[in-house]
Amino acid sequence: MTTASRSNPYTKGSTTAQIILNVFFIAFSLACILPIVLIVAISLTNEKALTLQGYKFWPDHIDASAYQYLFKHSETLVKAYGVSLTVTLIGTVLAVLLIALYAYPLYRKDFPFKKTFNFYLLITMLFSGGLVPFYLLYVNYLDLKDSLVALILPGLSNAFYIFITRTFFQQTIPEEMIESGKLDGASEWRIFFQLVLPISLPVLATIGLFTTLMYWNDWFNSMLFINDTNKFSLQYVMIQMIRQAEFFKTQLAGTGVALMVQESVPTESLRMAMVVLSIGPILFIYPFFQKYFTKGLTIGAIKG
Amino acid sequence: MNTKSATPPQGRFGRLLHNIVRYRVLLLMLLPTSIIFFINCYIPMFGLFIAFKNINYIDGIMGSPWAGLDNFRFLFATSDALRVTINTVGYNVVFIISGLILSVSLAIAINEVRNKLASKFFQTVMIMPNFLSMVVVSFIVYAFLHPEYGFLVKHILPMFGYSSVNAYMHPEAWPYILWITKMWHSIGIGSVIYLAAITGISEELYEAAVMDGASKWQQITKITLPLLTPIMVILTILNMGGIFRSDFGLFYHVTLDSGALRSTTDVIDTYVYRGLIQLNDLGMSSAANFYQSVVGFFLVIGANALARKLNRDTALF
Repeated sequence: MTTASRSNPYTKGSTTAQIILNVFFIAFSLACILPIVLIVAISLTNEKALTLQGYKFWPDHIDASAYQYLFKHSETLVKAYGVSLTVTLIGTVLAVLLIALYAYPLYRKDFPFKKTFNFYLLITMLFSGGLVPFYLLYVNYLDLKDSLVALILPGLSNAFYIFITRTFFQQTIPEEMIESGKLDGASEWRIFFQLVLPISLPVLATIGLFTTLMYWNDWFNSMLFINDTNKFSLQYVMIQMIRQAEFFKTQLAGTGVALMVQESVPTESLRMAMVVLSIGPILFIYPFFQKYFTKGLTIGAIKG
Repeated sequence: MNTKSATPPQGRFGRLLHNIVRYRVLLLMLLPTSIIFFINCYIPMFGLFIAFKNINYIDGIMGSPWAGLDNFRFLFATSDALRVTINTVGYNVVFIISGLILSVSLAIAINEVRNKLASKFFQTVMIMPNFLSMVVVSFIVYAFLHPEYGFLVKHILPMFGYSSVNAYMHPEAWPYILWITKMWHSIGIGSVIYLAAITGISEELYEAAVMDGASKWQQITKITLPLLTPIMVILTILNMGGIFRSDFGLFYHVTLDSGALRSTTDVIDTYVYRGLIQLNDLGMSSAANFYQSVVGFFLVIGANALARKLNRDTALF
């Protein structure tokens, strides 16, 4: 519905206006894509050419040696990919299930504790303890330092997604369906899993995409809780890479150490190749979910 | 559960117990998430009092001695508190206002694109930056601003007579750099919300306007904008509630946490994080944390009250 442009003749502009509009949006789209293209181009540029000519959009020769290097010396990369995949998969499945499980009773008109649990969620959106108590709780009391649980658990509490899901239930699932399910003797669990969930696929896909992205793109929890190099997520490895580069550049510039380090530290194209590999999966799943999430986003934004 | 109880139970407690038993399955469904919210959100709320403690890791939260208002005294005695507050609020105000103007303009413009396929393509592409993490965004900015090889530094700035510039050493440039980065990352997705509202406006209004001889520009200013105003106002007010919080990734990663840039890029979130993780200055950090949480709370409540006054349905609660 958001993608429909008006087809009625009264509101159409002139052809000139259409040309200007289209040119503008082509330029705007390029502004959105080109920075990503630049990263890809750098990753495919020969290292020597980079140092001579700087970063360019079009490499003189395509050089995949950065990728070859990554695949050869890829222990860190494979581990980080594994961590990110594990966290994303477990996190997303758990989050979607738990969100639906919480949203469903809130949708049921006959449920007497609806208000209480609504309120319980609302408070979390208003008032937050902030970083310091959260960190101390996780590290000192739950002992989650260097545990993958610390990467999954924070992402499981999202009041906003629960409200979106509840709104979706209210708009699409008729009460009578639940009633008739009960009359047929189905248990609450059965009604939820066999009646409610199957017709809620659009919202589950939306929430699923959002949580997948959140887990895949998360670096904050790694930064807070992970010291063990075996448990670095992909994003965290990238943080290390860009920081190292800047560190060597500013601290050691001009000294002999800088030259020595340049040999062993990941090089310019290598770092960008890593970035490309980290956004690859996102660009891959994005088109499949696109039709769902504009809808989901709209529901959520207008009826929080 | 499909058996109706013959006699309704008497008394408040009786009814409560009856309902708990009757809806035990639904309550069970709510249980896991309730526990998670308790851990992630409620316990930290009670932990706010550590701002009033002289906390150290050995004695723990409970064992550490009370410090009264000392932490706050130290925090506000430095120039840090003022600087991070001004930065946080300043960036947010600019982001909210310019984000609103740009998103709405984009939405109106894309709604006028006649070719459906093109319109869909533009929307798809516009939203894409929002799906990149701030770490990836920091690499993109770095690719443009790299002191020696950056695309801007190497190929664009020389055209204007500048040679090698290390942007990561020039704090005065960063309000602009961060603004461009933030807008690039967020206006596309912002416009989708307004576009949805525009497509909800009745066609008849425009037809009638055209009958009366309204130009395109008049249709936009007299119909589209006034009808979008309520949602613009509400979303802006609700955003104002978050004015004490910032996009941590933007201010931390995109700037590469460069010490030279702090005067213009340090916000409350980065300040608290640094105090906690890098400097281990728990007192200052927890005081700033408390300051942010409490002011943030009143801002959200105030913003919501305002939104509620304007339009009951759109307020958060």
